[in-house]
Amino acid sequence: MEIKKKMGNVRIRKFIAYTILIIGALSMILPFIWMVLTSFMTNSQIFSYPPQIIPKTFLWENYTEVSEKIPLFRYFLNSLLVSIATVIGQIITCSMAAYAFARLNFKYKEFIFLIFLATMMIPPQVNIVPLFFLMRELHWIDTYWALIIPGIFGGFGIFLLRQWFLSFPAELEDAAKIDGCNPLETFWHIALPLALPAIVTLGIFSFITSWNSFMWPLIVTNSEVMKTLPVGLASFKGSFRETTEWAQLMAASVVSVIPVIVVFILGQKYFVKGIMMGAIKE
Amino acid sequence: MNYLNNIRNKLFLKESFWAAIMILPALVGTFFFIIIPVIGSFTISLTRWNLISSPKFVGLDNYIKLLSDQLFYDVLITTFIYAISVVIFSIAIPLILAVALNEKIKCLTAFRTAYFLPVITPMIVAAIVWSWIFDPNNGILNFMLTQIGINSPPLWLFDDKWSLIAIIIVSVWKNIGYNMVIFLAGLQGIPESLYEAAKIDGANTIKKLWHITIPMLTPTIFFVCIMSTISAFQVFDLIYLMTEGGPENSTMVIVYWLFKNAFEFFKLGYASSIAYVLFVIILILTLIQWKLRKKWVMFE
Repeated sequence: MEIKKKMGNVRIRKFIAYTILIIGALSMILPFIWMVLTSFMTNSQIFSYPPQIIPKTFLWENYTEVSEKIPLFRYFLNSLLVSIATVIGQIITCSMAAYAFARLNFKYKEFIFLIFLATMMIPPQVNIVPLFFLMRELHWIDTYWALIIPGIFGGFGIFLLRQWFLSFPAELEDAAKIDGCNPLETFWHIALPLALPAIVTLGIFSFITSWNSFMWPLIVTNSEVMKTLPVGLASFKGSFRETTEWAQLMAASVVSVIPVIVVFILGQKYFVKGIMMGAIKE
Repeated sequence: MNYLNNIRNKLFLKESFWAAIMILPALVGTFFFIIIPVIGSFTISLTRWNLISSPKFVGLDNYIKLLSDQLFYDVLITTFIYAISVVIFSIAIPLILAVALNEKIKCLTAFRTAYFLPVITPMIVAAIVWSWIFDPNNGILNFMLTQIGINSPPLWLFDDKWSLIAIIIVSVWKNIGYNMVIFLAGLQGIPESLYEAAKIDGANTIKKLWHITIPMLTPTIFFVCIMSTISAFQVFDLIYLMTEGGPENSTMVIVYWLFKNAFEFFKLGYASSIAYVLFVIILILTLIQWKLRKKWVMFE
């Protein structure tokens, strides 16, 4: 009797859990499904009443038309180039600095590390006016330099990788030292390969952050050929009061969301780990 | 002895040399693109400057002007309302979901992927889709509302009473997955033995939730609370993309106001003083978080 009641309890709990999770998951996904379906509709179908869910015919025209109206492919390439360059720059600078902080002894080590930690407290929006001015002085406005270089620096990556380097035993590097490797060589041949999981985590994080970045590219780009995908899409969308090209907007949205989904699915494990590492930062 | 010291010194110098080489790229970049700008921002906030003429030193004038600007208070209130609402909902909902996910659910990965989709989606895409959903005439939301008997549903982004609520809905929708993953990790860090003990004492599900899960999770909840507040104060993309601060300034938040002053009105000094107010708010939140960090559980 008691056991039966318990089994019933577990079943009820599971039922409630699944119900909550499914309703939640649907409200997460439905906007995306709605977006994909709308991207195949004709304008007359979009503005019909009552709203229709399923496209009458699957129109690819919205995709081709939107890429004729705006340089969608160029935006896409810009975003890809900027994101990949930012990721590479971040991995190189952060992993070297993180290794030095974790393994080498030098003067003012704690103090310099504290400076990097302190920069994590500065909201990027605070710096945007002087940074814009700096870009203007360097003649970097409307160039890839402005889109890439400032995005590379920040304390988060150094912090994350330093934790990782600290977590594996220094003995692993002793053999290299005995062989006469200098710290940079030891780092390159021994430490870096061992840190690969943490580096992939950082890479996925910074790829998605860079791909989605909006305010900075909005400020430093003017010409169509330099716009990243979010900025280009935003100018195509225009003022929300005037928008009518919903189908084409949805088609462009589908195109811009695909890369992050691919990156996320490929590296889901690392991404979740990265959140955890961010969550336990001291 | 002296000889040994000498070697030690030499080794230390050598190590310092390599350390300098390895840290330099990050340090130079951080110096030019973070530290100089943050000092520059304060300096600019003491000037009147429109980018064309050279900046004119005006002391604390911008801050005094800020304190006597009614819009400044409106902006702060809007930002606080936005931040508090977003934080409440993006803690409560993910918490419930994480507790449900922790019930040894099948297809955990599938659920997690679903909840994560909004997190990784570019804000512009979220803004486009939700602008369409909120569309008063053709949007699906108002259609559904009329179907369940609400005859004059709100105009959402076009109505100054509902625009902020619409923005809050989209923000929460985008945050849920991220916080859920953190809570789930927190839940998995609670020792099973506590629940077993409670079971022996005859505690039911609700009691266990209230007396074990929630107290054990308090440090995580606090952490998420501070982090969400910090990011809520920095909201910009959604406002720029969905409402442009309107209608009637009903969604004018601090960063969007800062952006407008800097890059539309070209009042760079005034904009920088707004930036520093934001900085101080976020600094206080961060310091609270650092002060209390020792009380957090370490999980993973």
